[in-house]
Amino acid sequence: MKKLFVLMLSLLMVLSFAGCGQKDDPKKKGEGVMTHEQYVAAELNSEVTIETYIQAKQSWWQDKGTFYTQDADGAYFLYEMPCSEEEYNKLTEGTKIKVTGFKAEWSGQVEIIDAKWEIEEGNYVAKPVDVTSLLGTENLISHMTEKVTFKGMKVEASTDPNGNEVAFLYNWDGSGEPGSDLYFNVSSNGVTYQFTVESYLCGKDTAVYKAVEGLQIGQTVDLEGFLYWYNGPNPHITAVTVK
Amino acid sequence: MRKTVRRILLMIVTLSLLMPLSGCHGQRQMADFVMPEAFDTSRNYEIVFWAKNDTNKYQTAIYNKAVSDFEALYPNVKVNIRLYTDYSRIYNDVITNLATGTTPNVCITYPDHVATYLTGNNTVVPLDELYVNEDYGLAGRQVRFDSPSLDQMVSKFLEEGKLNGHYYCLPFMRSTEALYINKTYVNKLGYEIPEVMSWEQIFEIARAATKKDADGNYLVNGQKIMIPFIYKSTDNMMIQMLRQLNAPYCSGEGEVQIFNDQTRQILEMVRENVQAGALSTFKISSYPANFLNAGQCIFAIDSTAGATWMGPDAPLGHQDIAEENLVDFEMVVRMIPQFDAEHPAMISQGPSICVFNKADPQEVLASWLFAQYLLTNDIQIGYSQTEGYSPVTLKAQQDPAYQQYLSLGGSDNEEHYHGKIDAVKLLIANTENTFVTPVFNGSASLREAAGALIEETAKAVNRKQTIDEDFYKKLYGNVTSLYHLDQIQAGTSGKADLGPLPKTAVALLGGLSVVWLFLAAYYLNDIRKERLKKNG
Repeated sequence: MKKLFVLMLSLLMVLSFAGCGQKDDPKKKGEGVMTHEQYVAAELNSEVTIETYIQAKQSWWQDKGTFYTQDADGAYFLYEMPCSEEEYNKLTEGTKIKVTGFKAEWSGQVEIIDAKWEIEEGNYVAKPVDVTSLLGTENLISHMTEKVTFKGMKVEASTDPNGNEVAFLYNWDGSGEPGSDLYFNVSSNGVTYQFTVESYLCGKDTAVYKAVEGLQIGQTVDLEGFLYWYNGPNPHITAVTVK
Repeated sequence: MRKTVRRILLMIVTLSLLMPLSGCHGQRQMADFVMPEAFDTSRNYEIVFWAKNDTNKYQTAIYNKAVSDFEALYPNVKVNIRLYTDYSRIYNDVITNLATGTTPNVCITYPDHVATYLTGNNTVVPLDELYVNEDYGLAGRQVRFDSPSLDQMVSKFLEEGKLNGHYYCLPFMRSTEALYINKTYVNKLGYEIPEVMSWEQIFEIARAATKKDADGNYLVNGQKIMIPFIYKSTDNMMIQMLRQLNAPYCSGEGEVQIFNDQTRQILEMVRENVQAGALSTFKISSYPANFLNAGQCIFAIDSTAGATWMGPDAPLGHQDIAEENLVDFEMVVRMIPQFDAEHPAMISQGPSICVFNKADPQEVLASWLFAQYLLTNDIQIGYSQTEGYSPVTLKAQQDPAYQQYLSLGGSDNEEHYHGKIDAVKLLIANTENTFVTPVFNGSASLREAAGALIEETAKAVNRKQTIDEDFYKKLYGNVTSLYHLDQIQAGTSGKADLGPLPKTAVALLGGLSVVWLFLAAYYLNDIRKERLKKNG
């Protein structure tokens, strides 16, 4: 009897602990909230309501913030979401928000604009998905805006305004200076792609910015970032590991 | 003697009490710039130049060359350049630095922005005296380079830099908007392109281009996508349409007049054509050039300063879209559509230069000399050739080398790309038909509001919302509030009302007034005693 009592007590304790540490389920949706699948199927210009988690912040400008967000099933790009600077600072990585806005598409990037939002209980940080094998395929688009990795990429040459071969450019044509967006070429299976370090997302003092400034042609690198779209894939890189 | 010392002491005390007053409200008072008699070349100066380019390596190369050439002429002046690609970022950084007195010496700007900078104390140097100074003014005797004289400036562009009766902005480059047309598709639809297109004609052709086949492909291009007419800057769209209709926008003093019958007429035109699938905007769809070059747009309105992106043969035409998506067609350039072809009106825009005031007038003079150097032919012609920009000096426009450049339009698809040279010729030929809107503290917001009216109407149509009297009422209210149009005070260009003084400042001023009264009484009493002594 005593043993049974101890067993039941232990079970109760374990269950209580489980309840205490219960994590928000990023697959679960509140009432009236779309699943990612429903969001993808929604027509452009229609009103959408989603629950999502901040993964990164691109910029805050004139009371509007731009965010890369994701739930367990897919990603959502929140463009110029109205927020004060104080609110923007509160929206840290993992923060759960409920967003109601309009689905739009700009140069291929699907996004939510003119949004209203509120913070909800919950936290989720997505793990990056390796999409290296999807480069150059039609399936890559299904990972739009997601946190992704590209493994074993080779740094290829870019040409600067003086005609020199370099590992990266400040701005797409080399017209910039430290602090501008960085553009660099990497290849996989003999096909070259142009990737970007978006200076609003990762400024000149960030590790990734400095890492790209230090790249050498021919190096092999693993890259992590968000699969932004601009008339095709235009990944915004947030981490570089030289192999 | 003792009396004199006491009076001097009294004055010093009074002055020391008065000094903090200048720092009571707003930023530190900067003394007026006083033109030095001569440029002191025995001293070294370091000046900061914030430059704006269109993310264009040729433009940054010209800025860098300007700096090194200027430094060679004036070895005692070092110019530190910082590159921007966005006017609003420069504006934001200047505003931030105004508060700390760390503005650059020279920066590329818009007059609208300078109107706000002028709310500070003597922050921006008026250029009137500098322009005409015999030694260091335009084409001055002591200037070490061949600069244009005042009458070699395009007077229309020069006048655009006038605020509150003074010149604060030196024009650097000018552009306008142009209509870039896929002539091949217009002809395919059975239309010809007149010299000047009307809004009615453009919308008629755009609507004709929305017809599809049974599979949902547009008949004109055989693709799933066709946005016949895309406007890049809806701010300009509204402003120019209002101007062409002789409709009010704002008064010269800054009274907001945009909510009028003609604005409603324009918004109805927008509603009707967005609904028909004939019109979209940059903010809603993307860059007009990308759609134009992919054969998915027939009429694209964008700046002449974006001409190198427009058309399948444009030097940068392939930059943003995959080579396989480029469509071959004949592109022609026209002025923007007009309501009255006999009296065309188009906006004048483009970078200007302002010189910030500093405590050292010699530093300001060095800054002015550099600003003036940007008007020399090499820079004016060189920068003009990077895009559809017009030089702002007649000296450059009439230079044989520049005339030769214009005459070679269409001879290649790089330096002499026809789209770029046609665009700049359009501006030069229509300089007298260009206009600018009044500049005041708040004019930049009003500009944004003008565009927002079009954008919000177009978005509402796309979202299938009802567009009726209530919609417009709500739209006007939202735009007024979002862009603070109700806070713009007519006649406040330059120094603005900074609001009520803080309580601490009121208390300090009150205290100082009492001290003043005490000092005055003491002084008068002193004089009275002295007189009594003399008389007695």
